[in-house]
Amino acid sequence: MNEFLAVLMDGLIYSSWLFVIALGLTLIYGVMKILNMAHGSFYALGAYAAASMVGYWLNHGHAPMASYGILVLAAVLVGLIAGPLIERGLLRFMYGRDEMVLLLVTYALFLILEDVIKLIWGVDPYFIPEPYSLLGTMDIASLTYPYYSFILIGVAVLAGGAVALVLQYTRQGKLLLAVIHDREVSLAMGINVSRFYLVTFTVGTALAAIGGALTAPTVSVVPGMGVEVIVLAFAVVVIGGLGSLEGAALGALIVGLVRSAAVHYLPQVELFCIYSVMALVLIFRPKGLFAAAEVRKI
Amino acid sequence: MQRNASRIIRVLAFTFCLILVLTLAATPGAAQQPVKVGVVTFLSGAAAGPFGVPAKQAAEVMVEALNAGGKVPGYPAKGLNGAPIELVFVDEAGGTTKQVTEYRNLAQRVDLVIGYISSGDCLAVAPVADELKKLTIFFDCGTPRVFEDASYKYLFRTGATSTMDNVAAAMYVVDTKPGLKKIAGINQNYSWGQDSWNDFVATMKVLKPNVQVATAQWPQLLSGQYGAEISALLSSGADVVHSSFWGGDMEAFVLQAVPRGLFKKSTVVLTCGETGMYKLGNEIPDGTIIGARGPFDMYAPDTALNRWFRKAYMDKFGGVPPSYPSYKMAQALLGLKSAWEKAKAKSPGDADKVIASFEHLTFEGPGGKVTMGLGKGHQAVQGMVFGTVKHEGGKVTYVNVKHYPADKVTPPEGVKAEDWIKSGFKK
Amino acid sequence: MTHTDKTPFVLLAALVVLLALGPFLPKSLFLLTMSLGKGLVVLGLVVLLRTGLVSFGQGLYYCVGAYAVGSLSQFASVKNAVLLLLAGTLVTAILATILGFLLANYRGIFFAMLTLALSMIVYGLLVKTSTLGSTDGFNVPPASLLGKVISGQSNQYPMFALACIVAFVAAVLTNSYLWTALGQLSSAIRDNEIRVEYMGASVRNAVHTKYVLAGALAGLGGAVTALAIGHIDPEMAYWTTSGEFVFVAILGGTGSVIAPFLGSIIFEFIRTYAYQYSPNTWQLVLGAALLLLIIFLPAGLWSVFARLRRRT
Repeated sequence: MNEFLAVLMDGLIYSSWLFVIALGLTLIYGVMKILNMAHGSFYALGAYAAASMVGYWLNHGHAPMASYGILVLAAVLVGLIAGPLIERGLLRFMYGRDEMVLLLVTYALFLILEDVIKLIWGVDPYFIPEPYSLLGTMDIASLTYPYYSFILIGVAVLAGGAVALVLQYTRQGKLLLAVIHDREVSLAMGINVSRFYLVTFTVGTALAAIGGALTAPTVSVVPGMGVEVIVLAFAVVVIGGLGSLEGAALGALIVGLVRSAAVHYLPQVELFCIYSVMALVLIFRPKGLFAAAEVRKI
Repeated sequence: MQRNASRIIRVLAFTFCLILVLTLAATPGAAQQPVKVGVVTFLSGAAAGPFGVPAKQAAEVMVEALNAGGKVPGYPAKGLNGAPIELVFVDEAGGTTKQVTEYRNLAQRVDLVIGYISSGDCLAVAPVADELKKLTIFFDCGTPRVFEDASYKYLFRTGATSTMDNVAAAMYVVDTKPGLKKIAGINQNYSWGQDSWNDFVATMKVLKPNVQVATAQWPQLLSGQYGAEISALLSSGADVVHSSFWGGDMEAFVLQAVPRGLFKKSTVVLTCGETGMYKLGNEIPDGTIIGARGPFDMYAPDTALNRWFRKAYMDKFGGVPPSYPSYKMAQALLGLKSAWEKAKAKSPGDADKVIASFEHLTFEGPGGKVTMGLGKGHQAVQGMVFGTVKHEGGKVTYVNVKHYPADKVTPPEGVKAEDWIKSGFKK
Repeated sequence: MTHTDKTPFVLLAALVVLLALGPFLPKSLFLLTMSLGKGLVVLGLVVLLRTGLVSFGQGLYYCVGAYAVGSLSQFASVKNAVLLLLAGTLVTAILATILGFLLANYRGIFFAMLTLALSMIVYGLLVKTSTLGSTDGFNVPPASLLGKVISGQSNQYPMFALACIVAFVAAVLTNSYLWTALGQLSSAIRDNEIRVEYMGASVRNAVHTKYVLAGALAGLGGAVTALAIGHIDPEMAYWTTSGEFVFVAILGGTGSVIAPFLGSIIFEFIRTYAYQYSPNTWQLVLGAALLLLIIFLPAGLWSVFARLRRRT
């Protein structure tokens, strides 16, 4: 029973982490139809920015409890700066083009950002472990879990809930749904699609950066940390169905729980987990779990 | 007809010009008096911070001092028998296929090559060294397979293999925790992690036949998220947890596991722990067993050479002490210099004489004596050292430091590591 | 009006030029051989791209082809280069046929991700197989042709010549296929599958055939690379390798069968020079170069030639 609880807990924590990262990606794809290969770079930028800002804050002897706010602030700053810069400065000129060309542009962007990060922050690792251990730990199922992990779960629920609420109940959210559904008609109806693209990309970037910022206290922030995240985020988004929020949540949950079970019961298959889940889901639901109905031209 | 002919000619002309231009640009200059040494190590990606850049920096420090002459204790001559050394750096990132291509390119531009941290790259480059007849020195990669699977003329390795790390680790664990019953492991799921764990477990089974393996965790390389693995280790009830994690993964593991009490519940052995000690030393609790892949850094002997090396490195790089990749790079350069000067080589053309001198050579590095005792004189053997962390007065110290001489942890010539361990370390 | 396709003649001319120039460019031969091997994989990708399908899993066949060659050479002591290449192609063609039954049903991003998942599963299997060296892989013994050793020795020309001839044959055959009725169906499928079905052709069969062709070409490319480099490892099946092929495919463009090879050669050279001249920032240089190429040549490098043709 204890083991089972541990599997659940670990699965939930990992799923939350995956969801926060995947949320931005599925949002950007859903609205702009861009598969952002640089998503991992924004994750890394968020982590580095958080490491720098929190490191600065703590080194100058300020209140450690405020470091949580600084983490989020750092991520939001990354989103507000990098998002519009890239969307207006680069992507805006590419919108008419083929989906694959856009994918390539984001791939080139990923390469460039990797070296930009290296040039700004160097190759040495950054550590900000204080926020992780500050809140203490609690015992569940005879295992010790830091409260910080529950913050991660909380943020995932909050982020997902916020996006869902905005889309469903606010006017802007409904306009965004219209844009997702049909860009041309929205334009014709007078919706400022260009502004929605900007906002969406910024929010997506900020969400990736939040994922990175929240991860920073649990790891050493090193170059290349964004690379592994890209394919994980893609897998979760595809399992859930592109552009679907509930899909991303369910996809994250499934991957997290399966991986956690593998680690506890059969560690050797952990390597195959995410890809096997993705392959299986795609075999039985070719468009992902929550595929949107698509219009076909005849 | 005319249109098509001119188009064909255009295409041909373009292709021809392209190839010509690119080839001419690739033509190296004629070899000059300085000896050009290509250094291949990670300059980007996750391995740059803990390994690649410290190695590069050590190369810079060593070559600067060697070229000045009279600065390095025990090695008074300038450069290589008078010829100044010129370094050419190449990034080891990009995968094995890329690295073989880059090695071939590099071989056209330099007189010899030192480098390679990744075992995959080492295995791929090894036969090419002999094919191109280019003196190549591996300084860090750990796979025993290089000289177990084949012999080479132009290839040398001045660092010990991962077998020696993990055999010594097991011996240390048995020496310091004689009552242990269960072991567990968390290693990256690729050949380095797999070989390390296999050697450790095989040695444990020989030294303590009743030991049980409670769990073996296999997270992906560079995964960075070990929540579930740590839970599994916590519930395994193991006395000792073995990990060959390096760099960012090791640091993430420490940061995630310490608050959850894993390091208190079990004794953790970090065979590559040394690289993280400078920045993360305060987070690592007492009782953790740390390895440095040999007598390096805190385990290095107190010789004039070691003292000079540490001071020169720290002066040049802002007080950061050299870590084991730095030591191993210095070791490679000093090995080269010893062989070069023993052969009284005058130019890179004397490569054959240098090779003859390099075989079975014994020389002094900042980590102590190194003997090229395996692989028909091409593979170095060195003792191993392990110690336990203890915080005293706010600083990290190492207690219970044990040295394991080379012959105790190294298989004899011609015997594969795993066979040697299984035979009970028969000489 | 029948269209006379000049491509086979251009290919023949390029082959002759390369073979003739080869002995005078000993320093570039290895890079060119590698580019041709990878160009074969990209050629297969171009066939799929024309059909509107992007495969992020060509690395699977690239890797399997290479491992087939490596295993036969290392464990079964097969040394004949042509035999090894044929074996590599055959094994991957069979594998592609089997997997094609599943994959022919998918389109768009889901096709891409499923191919990615399958190649990563193969990667995982190879990592777990310690007899094949796990992530370190193993070395491929030198192969020979007509009694002479052609790989793993300092004279790069024989291997280069073999790669050129193999690339030529593959390109000519693929080009012929693309001019057949079934081959011409590619762009039709990309535009509107339903109409193709109305016309009476089987979209599923067409896609399956193209997938097998792409897989076989990727296997051949992997086999050539295995012989040229002399070392194989599971990284060949990793998604970043497949991603690189996609990148080169779009870089070169889909206009002709020559485009993949051109794109591959240019990509390799740009990357090598980025490594040599800026070892600390080669990713930046590569990313910037590719971005410029995408911005100014959105239809790939081949569009340069297409424009020249239109002007004459």
